[in-house]
Amino acid sequence: MNASRTLYLALLALLLAAPFVGYPIFLMKVLCFALFACAFNLLIGFTGLLSFGHAMFFGFAAYVSGHAAKVWGLTPELAILSGTVCAAGIGLVTGWLAVRRQGIYFAMVTLALAQMIYFVCVQAPFTYAEDGIQSIPRGKLLGLVDLKDDTTMYYVVMVIFIAAFALIYRIIHSPFGQVLKSIRENEPRALSLGYNVDRYKLLAFVLSGTLAGLAGATKAIAFGLATLTDVGWQMSGEVVLMTLLGGMGTLLGPVLGAAIIVTMQNYLANLGSLVSIVMGATFVVCVLLFRRGIVGEIAHRWGKKA
Amino acid sequence: MTEIFGIPTAALFGQLLLGLVNGSFYAILSLGLAVIFGMLNIVNFAHGALYMTGAFFAWMLLNYAGINYWYALILAPAAVGLIGVLIEKTMLRWLHQLDHLYGLLLTFGLALLLEGVFREFYGSSGMPYELPAVFRGAFDVGFMMLPKYRAWVVVVSLFLCLFTWYVIEKTKLGAYLRAGTENPNLVKAFGINVPLMVTLTYAFGVGLAGLAGVMAAPIYQVSPLMGSNIIIVVFAVVVIGGMGSILGSIITGIALGLIEGLTKVFYAEISSTVVFIIMAIVLMVRPAGLFGREK
Amino acid sequence: MKRKLLSVAIAAALAFGVPITQAQQGKLSGDVVKIGVLTDMSGVYADYGGPGAVAAARLAVQDFGGKIFGKNIEVVNADHQNKPDIAKNVTQQWFDRDGVDMTVENLNSAVALTVQALGKEKNKITIVTGAATSRLTNEDCAPNTGIHYLMDTVALSNVVGKAIVKDGGDSWFFLTADYAFGHSLEKDTGEVVRANGGKVNGAVRHPLSTGDFSSFLLQAQSSGAKVVGLANAGGDTVNSIKAAAEFGLTKKQNLAALLMLVTDVHALGLNTAQGLYLTEGWYWDLNPETRAWADKFSKVMNGRKPNSNHAAVYSSTLHYLKAVQAAGTDDTAAVMARMRATPINDMFAKGGTLRPDGRMVHDMYLFQVKTPAESKGAWDYFKLKGTVSGAEAFRPLAQSTCAAIKK
Repeated sequence: MNASRTLYLALLALLLAAPFVGYPIFLMKVLCFALFACAFNLLIGFTGLLSFGHAMFFGFAAYVSGHAAKVWGLTPELAILSGTVCAAGIGLVTGWLAVRRQGIYFAMVTLALAQMIYFVCVQAPFTYAEDGIQSIPRGKLLGLVDLKDDTTMYYVVMVIFIAAFALIYRIIHSPFGQVLKSIRENEPRALSLGYNVDRYKLLAFVLSGTLAGLAGATKAIAFGLATLTDVGWQMSGEVVLMTLLGGMGTLLGPVLGAAIIVTMQNYLANLGSLVSIVMGATFVVCVLLFRRGIVGEIAHRWGKKA
Repeated sequence: MTEIFGIPTAALFGQLLLGLVNGSFYAILSLGLAVIFGMLNIVNFAHGALYMTGAFFAWMLLNYAGINYWYALILAPAAVGLIGVLIEKTMLRWLHQLDHLYGLLLTFGLALLLEGVFREFYGSSGMPYELPAVFRGAFDVGFMMLPKYRAWVVVVSLFLCLFTWYVIEKTKLGAYLRAGTENPNLVKAFGINVPLMVTLTYAFGVGLAGLAGVMAAPIYQVSPLMGSNIIIVVFAVVVIGGMGSILGSIITGIALGLIEGLTKVFYAEISSTVVFIIMAIVLMVRPAGLFGREK
Repeated sequence: MKRKLLSVAIAAALAFGVPITQAQQGKLSGDVVKIGVLTDMSGVYADYGGPGAVAAARLAVQDFGGKIFGKNIEVVNADHQNKPDIAKNVTQQWFDRDGVDMTVENLNSAVALTVQALGKEKNKITIVTGAATSRLTNEDCAPNTGIHYLMDTVALSNVVGKAIVKDGGDSWFFLTADYAFGHSLEKDTGEVVRANGGKVNGAVRHPLSTGDFSSFLLQAQSSGAKVVGLANAGGDTVNSIKAAAEFGLTKKQNLAALLMLVTDVHALGLNTAQGLYLTEGWYWDLNPETRAWADKFSKVMNGRKPNSNHAAVYSSTLHYLKAVQAAGTDDTAAVMARMRATPINDMFAKGGTLRPDGRMVHDMYLFQVKTPAESKGAWDYFKLKGTVSGAEAFRPLAQSTCAAIKK
């Protein structure tokens, strides 16, 4: 217990000091995607549900948040809030539909629903299709703090990330979280114990989607862009990879996975196709040989020693 | 110009025909997916990428070796089938005992890999594939020009689908395959080589995809992205039709192609989402799919 | 003890760092002139810009002499795959971390808008050649940093659109690429059509980089319009024209390729493309100067001849370098002032001027694609039908909706 507390404190210190050693734009990207991956992990790692369409939350919230900030002129925290609320709404509707199926079917349904949202985004006038929503203003937080400076913006993103991460931590370690884990382990047994499994799954889905939306809405404000890439199926696949690589079912795994993937994409960005190849290869290797992910493996080895 | 519901017949039938062509591709691809899922319980995300690979092989055969379309119809699917054998034997084999989600993840990774490799070498904008001379031109059927090649595609797809359905549902080989998935140990006890059957089934399924790719090459541009564009629609088709049902996938595929074509005439904007809307409706009304059995 | 050491170290670093950066201000930032070529290297517009644009920029640096004030000139390039977010990412890093002073090319229109806005924010020069949306010098203008060098949708519609309407094409249906460029082109051409007595029957939008145009063309056929205007470019235009031929659209209707370059005609082949009207700002076979440059280009590009975009990249890069030399520094405001003060007289344009709204005004040419019989060989594709002066082709400065220039 003490070991993990020191670990968290060390990470917090790292986050606080980061903008002075790193490039704030890059760091913000890592944090947004880390949040996205953590939200996704809530569903797959702790409830056992693979959603292949999480980009719909991330991307749609980004569009709404961007639109709110640019066209409606809302302050950044309200813009992010509106994006997150929309994501929650989508989560409710799509979750209700998807939960009717299990396992593989669930994954395919989420994929197809996400694709539908993608095409809606292509057609809807407010998203400007291929152009995306550009030049989203960062505005003034609460009408007071100008977010134009990259470092200031970074700290806001960092606070959002930490708050959401703490929320996920609380959810996992609560009675609700225990029920989710039991559903992941053995759904029929949970059902036989009298739990309304479908309702728990739906709730987990909505929570996961809302937090993913939070990540997307924040990303739109921080980077000033919301595009079709954010709602595409490749984005859904990326978040799966981040979580798989980092370690499904661990708390810090998705964060690490996100950091690795975002860094890799940054370095390979100019070499377009290489990104796909490396990601595909990583997927294959992870599934075949490395299913616990990095953090999962570390925890496993540590556990063995103790 | 004659009109039905205020739409000129030329437009209506033209779009329906194009829809039928698209539907044929949906049918072949969802058929392959259904066969693979039925036998192996794996959702083959790489199906779209292998369809694209088939198209590329046809293109490469023509442009590097001067081998024309007719030979490509046989060689390319065979090559894709071989790749399928490779994939199954080296990778999918290890995932049989695990949660089926891992199969989906693995094939997703393979799809990314394949797409990335082809994009690296050929760019993403697509290469033209020369139509064989006998297919050039169109039949003038009065209300529209029907390109000869597209008519050919429809005919061949129908034939393929019926052939596959017949083999699986009506022949002894098909019976072994179906038994092998239900109870592999029992079937093994009868002396039938179940692992071999599994491998061949996967190879056959992706071979079908490869064949669809060759047929698609002259119509759509041969592009690394052609697989990912179509695979998700095919997934929706399979969910609507019911995962285990072969006949279901064929009928649903064609029907959805036609419906897509119709929406293009009346309300073009939703043509890309109509498949998913139907999927949502089916999920609410009949979660197992229109023809499916709850597994 | 350790803390003291650390603070001394930080102070020392700052002390040395600050004067070093200040010393550069008289001359070149970072002791080098870095030019970034941002383009689509492998997608639907790869022939339009792509490796040819990078080669053109390098030729300009070479012809300039390779060095400036004794320091190196570097050319970096990146592939944005037609995605504005990748473009923004790369350009941001170029400006913030890599010390890039100017970016050039910047197709497509969505990317151009993003990059120009970024250049405005960071006070760095952005030269757009390959994108056509007229928004760059109107609603989304950036007069202090952004330059729109080649053509724009207004010029395209004024030259090609007008010519076709005058020729009898008075009812139009648009096949539009669903992004900034397509929308701009559809709007501007529509205005020209209506201004010249024609009407617009309708339009259908298609996603960028569509492979199969059959269903869109069917809609065009059933519209009954005399002219089907292709408000798209690059690979999309090529595929639309091919599909139109396949479906026999050209039997009853005329195709208008609103943006087509010599490289597109090369991809189509004269059999399919013959007779089409198009406009470009430059063609390799216009005069001895253009031919000489085209030869230089094709030597480094495997025998492919340059299109107007490649020529524009060359010309704008050279103009920039000359301005830096004349200004004595690569400071943005000084260089922009020089670029505006000096007319452009090279193989690309004669008497070209850079306007306050960022628009580079030069002559545009109306071409018609030759028939196979008329062509003497590969790349001999156009016959010149007319020259339209810059003043006529582009929107007059007085009508520009650029808010930043106070008239």
